[in-house]
Amino acid sequence: MTTAQMAHLSGAPGHEVHGGPGSHGSHDMGEIQAFGFWLYLMSDLIVFSALFATYVVMAHNYAGGPTPKDLFELPAVLVETMLLLTSSAAYGLAMVAMHKGDLRSLRLGLVAAFALGLGFLGMELAEFHHLISIGAGPDRSGFLSAFFTLVGTHGLHVTFGLLWIVVMLAQLSSKGLTAPVKGRLTRLGMFWHFLDIVWIGVFTVVYLLGVVQ
Amino acid sequence: MSRSPTDNAGAAVGTVKSYAVGFAASVVLTLVAFGLVMGGALPRLPLILALFALAVIQLFVQLRYFLHVDRSSAMYWNLMALLFTFFLMFLFIGGSIWIMYGLHERM
Repeated sequence: MTTAQMAHLSGAPGHEVHGGPGSHGSHDMGEIQAFGFWLYLMSDLIVFSALFATYVVMAHNYAGGPTPKDLFELPAVLVETMLLLTSSAAYGLAMVAMHKGDLRSLRLGLVAAFALGLGFLGMELAEFHHLISIGAGPDRSGFLSAFFTLVGTHGLHVTFGLLWIVVMLAQLSSKGLTAPVKGRLTRLGMFWHFLDIVWIGVFTVVYLLGVVQ
Repeated sequence: MSRSPTDNAGAAVGTVKSYAVGFAASVVLTLVAFGLVMGGALPRLPLILALFALAVIQLFVQLRYFLHVDRSSAMYWNLMALLFTFFLMFLFIGGSIWIMYGLHERM
């Protein structure tokens, strides 16, 4: 960011500045907030990479307990993956509707993204409950501690994303489609797509490679 | 609306088509990955390499079609932040594996 663009950080929300370098000269508060949120997502990615590193190091420490092959059911994980992926796509369509000003489709997309995300979370909780009930809880082995920490942290992120969707549906009703609400919906979209991307790493490294090895 | 889809840094707008393309590609890549493991046709090493390749391709597909990260000037700093994060991830994960497996060999 150039100093000229930095100077516009104090600009009023929605205030547009033209004449920056190149043809993409317009920068407003929403863009700066989106970039700040992007940096938050990058720091979150660092958190996940630390958890992935821990998991990979601990992945073979079974302590005489069950191995991934004994525990993981791939068809269920495939359904979970499809739920989260479809939820991400539904959110994308909600964003398209938002930019068209189509409030009804926007609400419909948000509700669909919420329902699919809730389905994902429900399946994950069912899996956790099943594992703990057969004695394969996070206290069983290093592998399972790392598994619950990594997958659980992703699940916690999904939970907060679902909560955020509910808050935005409420704000749409109480405030309408104002510029701040649009900005929040955009950042929530970045968060929701980001969680789908982290899940690619989870299903590949934890579930698929776990069953292979 | 006179803005082009890449006018917003990190807040770019997709189209129905871009989400459909990203979704279809992700579904295919996911099904191939699960199919390879559940089918059990490939030997171990090629299978592991194929799974990593499919995950990396899907990562780029979703970054491109869902998060709209591309090489446009508006996304320059988003891309730089992402590349720096990838570098840190490489150090974290690669470094951890290198040190811990080296330790394991010597124990």
